[in-house]
Amino acid sequence: MTGIDVDYVGRALLRREDRRLLTGAGQFVADLELSRMLHVAFVRSPLAHGRIRTVDLRAAAAAPGVVLALNGADLLRLVPPAPDAQLSLPSKWTAAVQHDFLNPQQPLLAHDKVRFVGEPLAVIVADSRYAAEDAAELANVELDPLPAVVDAAGALAAGAPILHEHFGTNRIGHFTITKGDVAASLAAAPHRLRRRFVHHRYAAMPMECRGVVAAYDARSDAMTIWSATQVVHWLRREAAHVLQMPEARVRCIALDVGGGFGVKGHVYPEDLLIPFLARRLGRPVRWIEDRHEHLLCSAHSRDQVHDVEIGFDDDGHILALDDAFTADSGAWNTLGAGIAYNTAVHLPGPYKIANYSSSATIAVTNKVPNSAYRGAGRPEAAFVMERLVDLVAAELKLEPAEIRRRNMIRADEMPYHAGLLYRDGEPIVYDSGDYPEALEKALDAVGGLVAFRRHQAEERQRGRYVGLGIGCYVEGTGVGPFEGATVRLDPGGKIYVASGACPQGQGMETVFAQIVADQWRVSPDDVVLALADTAAIAMGFGTIASRSTVTLSAAIHHASGKLRDKVFAVAANMLECAPADLELRDSSVGIVGVPGAAVSLAKIAAAARPGWDHSRPSGVDAGLEETHYWEPPTVTWSYAVHVAIVDVDPDLGRVSVARYAVAHDCGTVVNPLLLDGQIAGGTAQGLGGVLLEELVYDESGQLLTGSLMDYLVPTASDVPEIAMIHLAAPSPLNPLGVKGVGEGGAVAPPAAIANAVGDALAPFGIEINRTPIRPEELVAAIRAARSR
Amino acid sequence: MSSPVEVRMIVNGTPRAGRCEPRKLLIDFLREELGLTGTHAGCEHGVCGACTILVDGVAARSCLMFAVQADGATLTTVEGLADGDELHPLQQAFHRHHALQCGFCTPGMLIAALDFLATNPEPSEAEIRDALSAVLCRCTGYQNIVKAVADAAEKMRAAGGAS
Repeated sequence: MTGIDVDYVGRALLRREDRRLLTGAGQFVADLELSRMLHVAFVRSPLAHGRIRTVDLRAAAAAPGVVLALNGADLLRLVPPAPDAQLSLPSKWTAAVQHDFLNPQQPLLAHDKVRFVGEPLAVIVADSRYAAEDAAELANVELDPLPAVVDAAGALAAGAPILHEHFGTNRIGHFTITKGDVAASLAAAPHRLRRRFVHHRYAAMPMECRGVVAAYDARSDAMTIWSATQVVHWLRREAAHVLQMPEARVRCIALDVGGGFGVKGHVYPEDLLIPFLARRLGRPVRWIEDRHEHLLCSAHSRDQVHDVEIGFDDDGHILALDDAFTADSGAWNTLGAGIAYNTAVHLPGPYKIANYSSSATIAVTNKVPNSAYRGAGRPEAAFVMERLVDLVAAELKLEPAEIRRRNMIRADEMPYHAGLLYRDGEPIVYDSGDYPEALEKALDAVGGLVAFRRHQAEERQRGRYVGLGIGCYVEGTGVGPFEGATVRLDPGGKIYVASGACPQGQGMETVFAQIVADQWRVSPDDVVLALADTAAIAMGFGTIASRSTVTLSAAIHHASGKLRDKVFAVAANMLECAPADLELRDSSVGIVGVPGAAVSLAKIAAAARPGWDHSRPSGVDAGLEETHYWEPPTVTWSYAVHVAIVDVDPDLGRVSVARYAVAHDCGTVVNPLLLDGQIAGGTAQGLGGVLLEELVYDESGQLLTGSLMDYLVPTASDVPEIAMIHLAAPSPLNPLGVKGVGEGGAVAPPAAIANAVGDALAPFGIEINRTPIRPEELVAAIRAARSR
Repeated sequence: MSSPVEVRMIVNGTPRAGRCEPRKLLIDFLREELGLTGTHAGCEHGVCGACTILVDGVAARSCLMFAVQADGATLTTVEGLADGDELHPLQQAFHRHHALQCGFCTPGMLIAALDFLATNPEPSEAEIRDALSAVLCRCTGYQNIVKAVADAAEKMRAAGGAS
């Protein structure tokens, strides 16, 4: 045997992507060089809120090298307003969930008002970026300043300045979900706690900023857009709409993309404006976002304030939870209710809570629009729930781990009906897993609770403050509506697979080659993948929301099944047997139990071609290609328990993460090496979020963290070694049994670290109910406690 | 703005020349004039380190230098690491340990590691972490990068000892 019958799924194959990226031969959008290409710079608003009086571009337009200068008013005359950029909600959801939404849509360039610092006012196209930036500085911008609102509470206060006047309110979204009788069960609860939890604003911050290049071909009236995006088909749809072109004439490609994590997961105005300029000018046009722009105009995330009341009994059983929160959407709404709704339904986490209500209010503010970032509303939810569990434990003087054990859904209670609806409109059913086992394994991985408590007591004797914190979550992954795969038997016998999934470093070229190899009993080297290109498949959804491994593996499975039937029909004709007697083996199809009686996939491909001398049986049409668009029944539920041990310096407020463990379950593991990489990377982002990263605005709406010197991305010295424990309860909801894992790492660290710091500082009675954990605030709180 | 000037340098062992404005950043010169797009601009203010190259054998941020400042210098970029088809031990170790995901920071990370191992061929984990703090990676959480650099250091020591 050649080893081809071995299952590739489950093996730590090294990545196919690496060689080009290691040698400088990768191609990111900024690397694209096209003949006669022009370069773009934007004139951006210096004010958070103001009415536009003039954006005079006469001097800019006359500057050396400038080809075109347009302001918002100019553009409005040339292009109809942009279409709805939001993810749609299924009618099952809109019928069942009490909600009301307004939908302010960001124009390609601001034309009446500016609503955040950095909002684009004008675009300059020139023969170099240097010339474009020089010209942008010559723009004469006059704005009438308006007072700014910089947080949701301010935006919702009576008399607040209104961002979108035609709505008459800054409250652009509201919904409530509920199960059980929250008021009655809270009233009857032996214990109640009320707290406010604040999860601050931070962002994905991929190392590659965004960028768009567009080229228009007049002969064929066709547009090609290269964008550093996670959603090529979504971009094609919107670009076709704005350009008023058939989708078939618009091609969107994502080249190598230098990280996404959600911030590249929706369509931005620049994605649409650059193609428009390319068509108007008849030359390729390129805009590469710089880091300052990225901080000022690419989506931020998180930024929620929760007011919660929890009721529980003497043993720590949670009886009821009542949550009301605000989400600061920034000036525009990118994803509708998606993030806030994620927060609401994920908040109960792995616990049995019979009576639960969450009420969300989404407010617009004079800040950068808020969108998805790894976790997309779940880190905020986990922070609230996991802090509450620790507060219950403190109130009852019990171990936080024990409160979790008493409330967690057990393995024998799976599948568990949560009594809420997911955003796909389906009832939430946790499909599989063992949450208590994950908890015990994560605790064991840091040396066990008993040993830690002994160590902690000894350290306190020496005036040192160490703490252990737990963060648990469950996560709906692999969300619909669909992903597709086209599977084709290439004439050379290789398996070609195309899909709208878009990688940004996950290693999809490797992972899907493994999956396809097993489907077809070929080597992964014989799998040809076409991803992130709308020319490769008619419809696609893209890579957001921990969905691609789940949805695309299923689409590949079903498309392969259909194609296999046809391949077997042709092979049976060639081998003069029945299709039922055939099996796939070693890049060929052979008769079961008859070694040597086989025909190669390459020969079958040739036999199935249209034309003379084919070997198809009658009734089988030509060609070997099948497409399947897989529509998941609903999401499949991943989960994890993170445990952190921290060391808090009481004089400097410095939090050092001494140990960190993650016990998680993402079902069938396709590639353990790449899986570990996803978890480690996500966890590092979560740790950065809670300890280092913060987007700070002053009261006038100026972003104070406009560079990476102010916005602190964790370095190699800031991130600890992360221990990982894999549980693998296969999902019953898809053929491969996989669950999504892309986001999970970033969900629990804020909760785990806050709980660990709170545990370390328990002698001072300090609660960590807001992020980020700032050293100066810890020092002040410790001083205040000591002087009491 | 002033008129273009001639800039000459040796890049990855080959003499190269081009004309650019004196204000042109070295990274833009490498990418746009010389077509060496392996070096990436991640922040353009000297923090992220993606643009790290060797200038006369020492790691430098190519986004914080003008091309004219490198006139007459000898440069090494990521394109110069491999020996033909044979990857450099650092590149091999990054592949083996899955020390890259999106690959955007990787050129800077490789060059920073190369510079570091030249001065500290037998580093501790803490020293590796400290040195690599000069380059930001958003994907990996660093632990596989640290393993890769330690492994490459060992392989490079063994190879150096054998020669």
